[in-house]
Amino acid sequence: MGNFLVWVVWFVAAAGCLGSGVAVVSMQNPFFSALALIGNLASLAVLYLLLAAEFLAAAQVLVYAGAVMVMFLFVIAYLGGRADAPWAGGSPLLRTAAIIAAAAILVEVVVVLGLAWGDNLKDPAEVSDSFGSPGEIGELFLTDHLLAFEITSIVLLVAAIGGVVLGLTREKEPA
Amino acid sequence: MSGPGVGWYLIVAAILFATGALGVLLRRSPLIVLLSLEIMLNAGNLALIAFSRQIGELDGQIFALAVMAVAAGEVAVGLGLIVAMARRGVALDVDQASALRG
Repeated sequence: MGNFLVWVVWFVAAAGCLGSGVAVVSMQNPFFSALALIGNLASLAVLYLLLAAEFLAAAQVLVYAGAVMVMFLFVIAYLGGRADAPWAGGSPLLRTAAIIAAAAILVEVVVVLGLAWGDNLKDPAEVSDSFGSPGEIGELFLTDHLLAFEITSIVLLVAAIGGVVLGLTREKEPA
Repeated sequence: MSGPGVGWYLIVAAILFATGALGVLLRRSPLIVLLSLEIMLNAGNLALIAFSRQIGELDGQIFALAVMAVAAGEVAVGLGLIVAMARRGVALDVDQASALRG
């Protein structure tokens, strides 16, 4: 019975994830696209929870659905209706090539998964209850992955400064 | 692990990645291109976390956190660029922003 419930939750989250993903790509108005992306991120957080990544699920909701999407919505509100643009211009050849490229990625991954399905993907490792908890993640970040942790902070600092510099209004701006 | 195996999560990640790639390649509004990029990054994150669960090591989750931070930085810079484009009267259309085309 517990298994069945997990499948149901997985199915709802996966369907919400894929449906809102299609909505992000196909909406004409960027505002609705951004709202659909919030749904996408929330259902991804549910999938993370099913994969025993509690801390990442929380970070996903806080960082993405909270901070990043608020930034997006502010910019969309600031730019207003101007931001609307139709589907790709250019030749139908380019459009077809784009669709074939996306389909090729999908087919490749599915074929590789199909080949590995029987043996490698069968039995997930046994993990303790604290797998993916903030404590374990924090310990790894401050021991094995200290360099990655420090570099991440520098990347964020540079990006913040870059965002400010790009948004700055100068006195003599070339028209 | 009760419930769906890791392969099912990977299939969701693959479909999500293809959807995002379609958005990046087909849409013309830079805002929607950025949103589609977020979908692609999140599909990668989902695959990382699924494999991390499969092999029982937390390194994949650490990598996913780093990806999340890079994505936040990318959004800050990308949105800054879009606002700068709008302010200078450049059309918000990735097909028309072709001054650097080789």
